Amino acid sequence: MREDAVLEAQNLVKTYGKGDSLFTALGGIDLTIRQGEKVAIIGKSGSGKSTLMHLLALLDKPTSGAVFVEGQDAAKLKNGQLGHLRGQKFGFVFQQFFLNGHASVLENVILPLKIAGVGRAERKRRALEALKQVELDDKAKNKAKDLSGGQKQRVVIARAIVGNPSVIFADEPTGNLDTATGQRIEDLLFSLNANQGITLIVVTHDADLAARCDRQIHIQDGRIVDHPEPPAATREPKAPEPAPDQPDAPQPPRRPTPRPRRKVHL
Amino acid sequence: MKLFDLLATASSNMFRSKLRTLLTITAIFIGAFTLTITTGLGLGVSQYLDRQVDAFGAKDLDKIREIDGIKSVAAYHNASIDYVVASDPDKKYQASVTPFLTGSNFSLDAGRYPDNDSKDLELMLPSTYLELLGLGSAESAVGKTVKFGVTNGLGKRTEVEGKISGILGASLVAGTSISPNDALMTRLRAVQAVGQPPVAGEVVQAATARFDAADTEKLKKIKEDLKKLQYEGMTVEDQIGSFKAVINGMIAVLNGFALIALLAAGFGIINTLLMSIQERTKEIGLMKAMGMSPKRIFLLFSMEAVMLGFWGSLLGSLAAIGVGTVVNKLVIESFLKDLVGLQLLTFSPVSVASVILLVMAISFLAGTMPAIRAARKNPIDSLRYE
Ligand SMILES: Nc1ncnc2c1ncn2[C@@H]1O[C@H](COP(=O)(O)OP(=O)(O)OP(=O)(O)O)[C@@H](O)[C@H]1O
Ligand SMILES: [Mg+2]
Repeated sequence: MREDAVLEAQNLVKTYGKGDSLFTALGGIDLTIRQGEKVAIIGKSGSGKSTLMHLLALLDKPTSGAVFVEGQDAAKLKNGQLGHLRGQKFGFVFQQFFLNGHASVLENVILPLKIAGVGRAERKRRALEALKQVELDDKAKNKAKDLSGGQKQRVVIARAIVGNPSVIFADEPTGNLDTATGQRIEDLLFSLNANQGITLIVVTHDADLAARCDRQIHIQDGRIVDHPEPPAATREPKAPEPAPDQPDAPQPPRRPTPRPRRKVHL
Repeated sequence: MKLFDLLATASSNMFRSKLRTLLTITAIFIGAFTLTITTGLGLGVSQYLDRQVDAFGAKDLDKIREIDGIKSVAAYHNASIDYVVASDPDKKYQASVTPFLTGSNFSLDAGRYPDNDSKDLELMLPSTYLELLGLGSAESAVGKTVKFGVTNGLGKRTEVEGKISGILGASLVAGTSISPNDALMTRLRAVQAVGQPPVAGEVVQAATARFDAADTEKLKKIKEDLKKLQYEGMTVEDQIGSFKAVINGMIAVLNGFALIALLAAGFGIINTLLMSIQERTKEIGLMKAMGMSPKRIFLLFSMEAVMLGFWGSLLGSLAAIGVGTVVNKLVIESFLKDLVGLQLLTFSPVSVASVILLVMAISFLAGTMPAIRAARKNPIDSLRYE
């Protein structure tokens, strides 16, 4: 195990269902993520990206294989300890906002600290600080449901960073935003990585976002592939590809025209 | 999450769906209201009856404590009279007489008990006769005389005079019989016996046996011995006891209805919580993702259930106390006026607190199933939930 590995996956397998309806969502994933890295998980819809992210984030248990968090085997932890570890180390930006629309923006950002048992004054101070970082401190008292999509996503990011996590998991953080707003969210996430050294694990369809990461992990049918097939509709005759024995070598340039962003139902 | 934050979260969650919460609380309210009323009624009546038992014999228990076993047996004769009349000859009333038993203890409005050791012809008159016989107030009636009309075996009517020594206050358990002392009783019987066909031996309608009433073991033994001889032994406490048993039975039935209402309210709680858990599936998933332990999730929802129970039962019992106080006042001032000392509904802090605690316990039990469900939810299943 590498010294600075924050997350390590060993032969992760996740299957759903039983018997005839058995479906292998992940078929043996090995992966090491170092502290401070920016990692993009990319692949087609249904390829198992979210499933992998959930396993890495200890939100779900693998059918077989193991996840180590800073060298600690997650399978050896009890449910309560697992939650505690998640609350301490991880911040989440899910495919949906999961904001409580009727509560204030501040209340939404405070929630993780409340769960962690931080005192009243302290958690308010830290939540306001986090809101300042996403430039939403002036909206602290507004109801969350009254915000625009981009503002909501910034609240979600504030909520993810309020607990000083060492890793932020983001599942399609720009998936339901327009290009300009998406850009702003991307900048925000990368600045967190640059300024605070927070490890970023981003699941995305967005080639630009993936390209800005240190490393891209391509998932295809539940496995990591080194040479992803280009999307069928835009298959090109033959693109120059890196040597197979150099997985960390620079990737081929991204296609210049970004694909239309997926709309995710809220 | 700290306990205080859990409480605050549970209570704010409770008011998220106001109408649903209100309806559930109303169901609990009805159950708690009924239960508070019925327990209040039970307590009121049984306290009253206990006071009557005290009035009957508590003072005498000390007097006869040193007596070992049955000390004496005295004949308990009865006599039937045609009428009773005081100074006003137009006011003649049918009445029954029951010998006064030394050792019984009634609440008197005026005067003293008739003296069984005295040669004077004395009697105790229930207060209901005062007005009927034109005797005026209880105080002024003491010392006056009344006459009993008695028919002998030859069909001839004679009047026997007796002096009022005391006025018996109104009560649920004291009867409406006039109680003469031994001397007057003997006299009445003597007058009545003239011309009656002779009977073999002496006819005794009842007998008084004196014994140590504090020694319940001995009392039980005496009753058993009496039973073997085919007699029934019954103390005043037994009599009041059987009366009390009937009342307690009725109150138990009423309490049963109240509990059924609470049971229904419990299902209301289950339903409310299941719905709110369904609505908050994503939120539960999020809280779990953020590190909230299953135990805390369980606590959060249990607390919500207990809070529903607390508010419903608090409001229900307060309303019951309010209504009960008004009803008490109305009833005691109208048709139960004569029953001095009766507090129809009695609410003790202990019984009200027990009702509230009981309802909270029922609510907690009702909440466990939904709360366990919420606690068991896999964060991912909750987050993927549409
Ligand atoms: N609880 C489940 N039961 C059965 N199958 C599941 C379950 N969760 C996920 N799957 C399946 O596992 C596969 C991978 O799902 P996953 O959500 O990881 O895809 P994804 O790569 O994130 O796709 P997208 O880009 O559309 O979000 C899908 O085929 C999905 O249908
Ligand atoms: Mg996904």
